[in-house]
Amino acid sequence: MRYLPLTDTERADMLARIGVGSIDALFVDIPEKHRLADLVDLPRRKTELEVERAIGRMAAANVSAGSVPFFVGAGAYKHHVPASVDHLIQRSEFLTSYTPYQPEIAQGTLQYLFEFQTQVAALTGMEVANASMYDGSTGCGEAVLMAHRVTRRRKAVLSGGLHPHYADVVRTLSAMAGDDVVALEPDVSAAEDLIQAIDGTVSCVVVQTPDVFGNLRDLRAVADACHANGALLIAVFTEAVSLGLVEPPGAMGADIVVGEGQSIGNALSFGGPYVGLFATRSKYVRQMPGRLCGETVDADGNRGFVLTLSTREQHIRRDKATSNICTNSGLCSLAFTIHMSLLGQAGLTRLARVNHANAVRLADMLDGVPGVTVLNWVFFNEFTVRLPRPAADVVEDLARRGILGGVPVSRLLPGAGLDDLLLVASTEVNTDEDRAALVAGLREVL
Amino acid sequence: MLNRQGRPTGTGEAATSGAGTFTGNRALLQEEALLFETGRLDATGVDIDEPAPFVSRLGGLERKTPLALPGLSEPEAMRHYVRLSQKNYGIDTGLFPLGSCTMKHNPRLNEKMARLPGIGDIHPLQPVSTVQGALALMEMLGHWLTTLTGMAAVALSPKAGAHGELCGMMAIKAAIAARGEAAQRTVVVVPDSAHGTNPATAALIGFTVRAVPAREDGTVDPEAVKAVLGPDVAAIMLTNPNTCGLFERDVVAIADAVHAAGAYFYCDGANFNAIVDKARPGDLGVDAMHINLHKTFSTPHGGGGPGAGPVVLSDRLAAFAPVPFVRRSGDGLALVEVDGDGEAAQSFGRMTAFHGQMGMFVRAMSYMLSHGSDGLRQASEDAVLNANYVRAGLADLMSQPFGDKPCMHEALFDDTWLKGTGVTTLDFAKAMIDEGYHPMTVYFPLVAHGAMLVEPTESESKASLDLFVATLRDLALAVKAGDTERFTAAPRLAPRRRLDETKAARSPVLRWTPPEPIRDAAE
Repeated sequence: MRYLPLTDTERADMLARIGVGSIDALFVDIPEKHRLADLVDLPRRKTELEVERAIGRMAAANVSAGSVPFFVGAGAYKHHVPASVDHLIQRSEFLTSYTPYQPEIAQGTLQYLFEFQTQVAALTGMEVANASMYDGSTGCGEAVLMAHRVTRRRKAVLSGGLHPHYADVVRTLSAMAGDDVVALEPDVSAAEDLIQAIDGTVSCVVVQTPDVFGNLRDLRAVADACHANGALLIAVFTEAVSLGLVEPPGAMGADIVVGEGQSIGNALSFGGPYVGLFATRSKYVRQMPGRLCGETVDADGNRGFVLTLSTREQHIRRDKATSNICTNSGLCSLAFTIHMSLLGQAGLTRLARVNHANAVRLADMLDGVPGVTVLNWVFFNEFTVRLPRPAADVVEDLARRGILGGVPVSRLLPGAGLDDLLLVASTEVNTDEDRAALVAGLREVL
Repeated sequence: MLNRQGRPTGTGEAATSGAGTFTGNRALLQEEALLFETGRLDATGVDIDEPAPFVSRLGGLERKTPLALPGLSEPEAMRHYVRLSQKNYGIDTGLFPLGSCTMKHNPRLNEKMARLPGIGDIHPLQPVSTVQGALALMEMLGHWLTTLTGMAAVALSPKAGAHGELCGMMAIKAAIAARGEAAQRTVVVVPDSAHGTNPATAALIGFTVRAVPAREDGTVDPEAVKAVLGPDVAAIMLTNPNTCGLFERDVVAIADAVHAAGAYFYCDGANFNAIVDKARPGDLGVDAMHINLHKTFSTPHGGGGPGAGPVVLSDRLAAFAPVPFVRRSGDGLALVEVDGDGEAAQSFGRMTAFHGQMGMFVRAMSYMLSHGSDGLRQASEDAVLNANYVRAGLADLMSQPFGDKPCMHEALFDDTWLKGTGVTTLDFAKAMIDEGYHPMTVYFPLVAHGAMLVEPTESESKASLDLFVATLRDLALAVKAGDTERFTAAPRLAPRRRLDETKAARSPVLRWTPPEPIRDAAE
């Protein structure tokens, strides 16, 4: 087997050196009747070529985003990632290293985490960021738990513009932990009154911008209402590129900003692995979940980096930890950091502007299609349209024509009476031809 | 001393650091500034044209706060990150015997498979008719995992090991609630030797943790478990093979006792790699177990993630699995994405957006298909053989807390043999760095004093192990010979010497801020 270096001769020598007669002598602690004699009923080993064929067949049965006009978003976005990003994250010293427990030989990981934290804090307009979460949705769940720790209250209010998967993650975690959740009705037009839901028992209000329907939201009033009631404002985003163009939540009064970083540096990959971004105010840093990297010096006085404030963490605090998190999303945060470094603020701002321009152009075109109504006036690179028949059917019809036209709201909110709504995203990858194809496709199928 | 980038180089102490160059560089080992110190606000490595004029629809929410994020051109970025990478130790660099972490070879075929457009470039919310191959791969992975573990069902969505623990414990909590015993069963039994994630997970969802000590041989005594079981106990969280590298030989008796008490058996599967295709957790009475695809099935650790932690479930817990999951539907595959009715009527809900770590699923599948059942068994056997080979090679010099007897995939030593030498476990680990090795796991598990947990994995050749054992023997003999400074001053040859963690924690600097003169100049 190509990944196993030992030869049978060596195995025999080693057993002799250990002083046992057979490999089974090393497995004697497994109860004999439960030791498997025969191999489990699965296929035998395959050559590299055979594996490529087997997985290649499965891959070929999927329609890839880059092969068609593509407008699917709702929490994960198709962006162009420079070739150098993927090359660099495959450097084996990054790819095959572990959590930097031995900082003297992990300065590469630690320095990029420090850079990552700095970039995330700047993007979100916050003071500190951690070294990443699994993804935006789990980060959102952790943000709510953190707010409960800070406020010593146990009730979260969720905006109706929050991505339904994110709301479900919070709901699941809260139900298990015995915390309260008040989830507002789906809010297609950002018209909900969050402020009336805030009182002295509320720990936090969770608001997404751009929200799941694409609306950009001004957070200042709700931030003020939170603070007047001793609650925290948790701002969520699922499209990190938007932060290149819109005012960051930190500048609008958010106390915790959490979101999905996939858009920068990371592939769609059918939903994971992604990278959760998590930022807050310095005063709350000791209540933060996840790993943190900090600057220090070594024995010679040279600048270096270490994991720090680990007394918050499970391996030290066990059942008193701020979170059970051990792994973060290291390599995805590296991809984020490299792509972000390549963009710089100049590149990110232009990228965001191209996204917005493409979406505006598409919205204008779709508004001209009979039966289609664009519901948003304000948006970044994604918006909601109303169709004359169920969006799920329309999406299937478009897919048969080789167009991936968006996400039917019913996929995220079945039974909510929003079956005629379609979420449409447009990024820098969309061309004039793509937009024309979507318009023509809709004209055909509607 | 400061170099041209204005950062201290420490060349004033060249005698100790061994640099003594004007740059602070040591030939191939280059000092590297932070990207914020070399980048410029108007530099970029991505060519993007401004869009044609259009009317913005941002509704007055345009960014007014400056981003203040410098950029790098592509050549600068390449050099920056390549230099950073060279300050890291990886599996491809050398033996990485980090116990409990399973640093085995990461096959590059897996990377290639994850980057196929039909895998890496598909969206989780595309119509399911356009991702049938992806669902087939998830179904196949589920089949392999349930077959290897002898369990009824699998939840693929957990994002990492600790997330998998949370998934398993949530399924248990849901099952207990369904029995109407939620108010009564609030305690989770966790052995002292457990990973810190176990008690943290239990506490996260409102359980109280009750510890059970290990017996003298490093395993858990079923009688000790029985003594802490009661009508208030929801579950036990037991790692098997355990964190001392030992198989819990009384696991079946423990499982029986737990079940007799009306509780569930959560198995921490972090060390499943030792027994793949040798024994099935389902046969041992396990109700839920997470599988770290990044340990057992070789998906890269990536400097601390991303991981993937699918959870296999017994038929007693299967109905409570989280959404989403894959189901046969007619002649195709479907995704059950919403809990609350139908097949997901009893599901405890959703743990994450979308469907889990597809990029890790395909890498693990590529690993499993490559090995096949025969290769997986051989891998487990070689992992155990290699650990015992190292153990046998060091047994006369280093102390083992639970006696000189075979281990599973990792060998545990303690610091009894270091007593009175002036060398600690940490010093010994740091000296290994100078010899070109990544240290083993140190000070874990907590049940062994000054623990050193060595997991060589099946990826090491005999020659590599021979050199490793010889090196550790040389070091151990140096300890015994009183060559203390070799250890207390180590590492001397790494990119950095020992770092001041107290300083880092006392006054945390968690992000870069422009130095004062630069800030002043900008204003």
